[in-house]
Amino acid sequence: MSELRHVGTSPARPDAADKVSGKARYIHDLVRPGMLHGKIKFSDQAHARIAHVDTSRAARLPGVRAVITAYDTPEVRIGFLRDNFALKKGKVRQFRDEIAAVAAIDPDIAAEAVELIRVEYEPLPAVFTAEEAMRDGAQLVHEVDPNGRPRTTNLMPLRYHHQAGDLEAARRAARFVAEGTYSTPRIQQTCMGTAGCIAEFDGKHELTIWAKTQIPFLAQRDFIRALEDMGLQGKNARVIVPCLGGGFGTGLDTHAYEFIAILLAHASGRPVRIVYSREEEFAFLSPRQESTVTVREGCDERGRLLFREVDVLQDNGAYGSWGATFPSVMMLPATSLYRVGATRFDAKLVYTNNTYCQAMRGYGNPEVTWAVESNLDELARAAGIDALELRRINCNQPGETTPMGLKVTTCGLDRCLESSGKRLAWSDKRGKSSRDAPGKRRGVGLASLIHVGGSGRIYRSDASGIILKLDDFGNVNAYYGGVEMGQGLHSALSLMVADALGVLPERVIINPTDTGTCPWDVGTHASRGAFMAGKTAELAAAKLRARIFELAEVIFPEEVEKSLARYRREHPGYTPPSFDVRAASKRERFELRDSVLTLRGAPDEAWLRLELGRFLRAAHFRENGEMLFAQSFYDPSTELPDWTKGMGNMSVTYAYGTQGVEVEVDEETGDVRILKAVAVHDVGRVLNRQALEGQIYGALVQGIGYGMTEEVKVRDGRILNPGFRDYKIPTVGEIDFPVELEFVETADRDGPFGAKGVGEPGLVPTAPAIANAIYDAVGVRIHDLPITSEKVLAALRAKREAEKKGA
Amino acid sequence: MKTEITFFVNDAEVTAAIGPRERLVDVLRGALGLTGTKEGCSEGECGACTVLVDGRPVNSCLFPALEIEGKRVTTIEGLEGPGAALSELQRAFVECGGVQCGFCTPGMILSTKALLEERPRPSDQEIREALRGNLCRCTGYVQIVASVKRAAEKIAAAGEEGDGHE
Repeated sequence: MSELRHVGTSPARPDAADKVSGKARYIHDLVRPGMLHGKIKFSDQAHARIAHVDTSRAARLPGVRAVITAYDTPEVRIGFLRDNFALKKGKVRQFRDEIAAVAAIDPDIAAEAVELIRVEYEPLPAVFTAEEAMRDGAQLVHEVDPNGRPRTTNLMPLRYHHQAGDLEAARRAARFVAEGTYSTPRIQQTCMGTAGCIAEFDGKHELTIWAKTQIPFLAQRDFIRALEDMGLQGKNARVIVPCLGGGFGTGLDTHAYEFIAILLAHASGRPVRIVYSREEEFAFLSPRQESTVTVREGCDERGRLLFREVDVLQDNGAYGSWGATFPSVMMLPATSLYRVGATRFDAKLVYTNNTYCQAMRGYGNPEVTWAVESNLDELARAAGIDALELRRINCNQPGETTPMGLKVTTCGLDRCLESSGKRLAWSDKRGKSSRDAPGKRRGVGLASLIHVGGSGRIYRSDASGIILKLDDFGNVNAYYGGVEMGQGLHSALSLMVADALGVLPERVIINPTDTGTCPWDVGTHASRGAFMAGKTAELAAAKLRARIFELAEVIFPEEVEKSLARYRREHPGYTPPSFDVRAASKRERFELRDSVLTLRGAPDEAWLRLELGRFLRAAHFRENGEMLFAQSFYDPSTELPDWTKGMGNMSVTYAYGTQGVEVEVDEETGDVRILKAVAVHDVGRVLNRQALEGQIYGALVQGIGYGMTEEVKVRDGRILNPGFRDYKIPTVGEIDFPVELEFVETADRDGPFGAKGVGEPGLVPTAPAIANAIYDAVGVRIHDLPITSEKVLAALRAKREAEKKGA
Repeated sequence: MKTEITFFVNDAEVTAAIGPRERLVDVLRGALGLTGTKEGCSEGECGACTVLVDGRPVNSCLFPALEIEGKRVTTIEGLEGPGAALSELQRAFVECGGVQCGFCTPGMILSTKALLEERPRPSDQEIREALRGNLCRCTGYVQIVASVKRAAEKIAAAGEEGDGHE
């Protein structure tokens, strides 16, 4: 590795110029010759038998090129539980079930054709809450499992259990105990660029699909399986990822619309694009899982956490996505946020006739951190210990192994806590509930997080690979299978390749993610993008440097002697310093830095500096010439936990952080205003400061939306607010307070350049920090997100009533 | 039944046949191939499709295309100078990290352009007011506000030198 020249700096993102000039091409902008426009007919019943589907009028509409249903296409199963279908036959289980689809020559005709499809239903009783769905004799959402065996319950076939330590003894020994039930809503990821794809078959029936995905290689596998279901054995599905208008977890699964586009392309013989409108995205794309979390935890008289028990219930909706594995990550905060003696975690997921849910940033972590960190403030209050002090007493430490078996290598949590406290003026403000204006009170609160920081093994491979291909001009073409979705993966990767190899960052060209050219990658999730990209870059760059230095023993003296001859022609009278280049040209003496090859210990002369492009041309255009490229494939040394035991070191390192806010609560209206936010994160090492700041600011503000305004409202399975008018994400108008960021650099031994993953952490502790600050201001505890003015006002009124009665 | 109308896009005269239900965003992205304008919600709530009509920001997803006759439209493609050189405004977004996924960026930049033409040195509050209708899910807006301030400074400095093309 070269010395660090670029890692830690703040250059602009490589794709910024395209994005500010309208040149970036998203799925909505791509057009293929002869392309048709696909549109889906969705169910308008939550649970019903499909009695009859009549597509005849749609098929007769001029301009329509294909109309498909489950009755005239092969069955294509989707989802890792194989419980979902591209098109539904027999019955629908949620409002958004796909019944039919059309492909037409323009989007208006496609929309008109879908309107002409008639579906007759026989309604069935439906279940819309987890509690209802779990009752004896409840209506079953799925009568049979994927193997055709009868089901007897709506519980999903996923079991999550963890227990460690002597829980019974710890419960008895606890001096103080706090218990509470906390809930989180379904929220929409709301990528600004909606979902979509283009599917196209070539003359040999090989598929190319441009997909808005975070998992190109798992998608390739899913699509190939679909091709097999369609009778296209032995055919490839090439997945190409265009510019993504955000991801946030929506790309972790393959979706029915993608398989429908494939079926339509096959039926019509033409490329087919399906792009969701915003209304479709809200109504028909899976939101984040909702949750109900009960926490019970206790400490001794000195505040040491003796036990923590966490029970989770999730209304999953009608089908399984990877979102149904949220509990795998929920176990991290449940068992390993702060040092806890004995721990238990149990989660149940239930099928209902609500919209099925999927992943979003943080993947279960925010749900449980919301509960654990809210409840920890309650425990602090019960124990009469300052809430920040309680956290520091129990702070995670380097070298510990947590109850779940997480091996903590580096950990900057105590510094995150301490610094957040200072930045919030904790000792001056906490518990003082100052009243700055009539009816308005201020308070401060904070919360922390632990998250996977060195990838996260939730699949049998947790690997990534890279190819670095050098060309005659000194360009480094990188082929990496991870996905840039806006988060800044390419910013971090270009700097890491630059420093790992010793080239200028602007000579690093990151090619589009394409299963046809990039090595396999499990996906861009678990905050693993920059971490894994950097690890692979380090490994591949080391191979290239070794080969460059080996070849340089011969090439370097030849080339610099030519340079010297030229220099002497141009500078008559120049006397070179006495230096034997040939003798000095030993591989261990070479240095490559910012695309220039030099010899350590050589005189500082221009002719002794060899530009990389010229070196590469000399290596190429000679007898037995050689082009240089290298690959690496890295699978971290982590464990895939056994989820029924809840034990396993799923990441090579863990990220920590603390976020805090000062709020002002209007006691008359319940309005909560944030006056200041702080975020202090253990990031291992800053790679690209600007991109890192962007990740934390962005996630923190998403956390504010999650905490205060966002909720997919559902009545009897139907989504009531499918648009930005009624679904409020934060606007710039609400972010009218200072946000202070600080990065703790713990130089992780396993991270690339010492870095940890940071993509998700900023979202995780935001909501409980707000709730804890509200309690500090006005003494009410909100248990259910989002924390709306109505909820705060109702809690304030209930508190006043209780106080009146008490008095 | 299409009507032929003439208008100006990025200072070039354009004649297009427009259907009665077409919106400005359809004409820009479709017939004119100016896909830099993004459609994010189709109901005027997200601001991704913001373009300038006679210098004022409008949601092109709500703007009936027939009403554009004789007007001057500025899209993101019209901001670059000769040789595709980024304008000071665009450069400020690049330098300050005001861009992540980039889908909201063209609309955000055009709203900023309209703001800075009216208020060359806007306060933070004025920036927030002007960009309220432009949603961004990635950045948390902090670096966007910084970009706008940087742009204002750069444009003011260029104006003093008398060679700015904003």
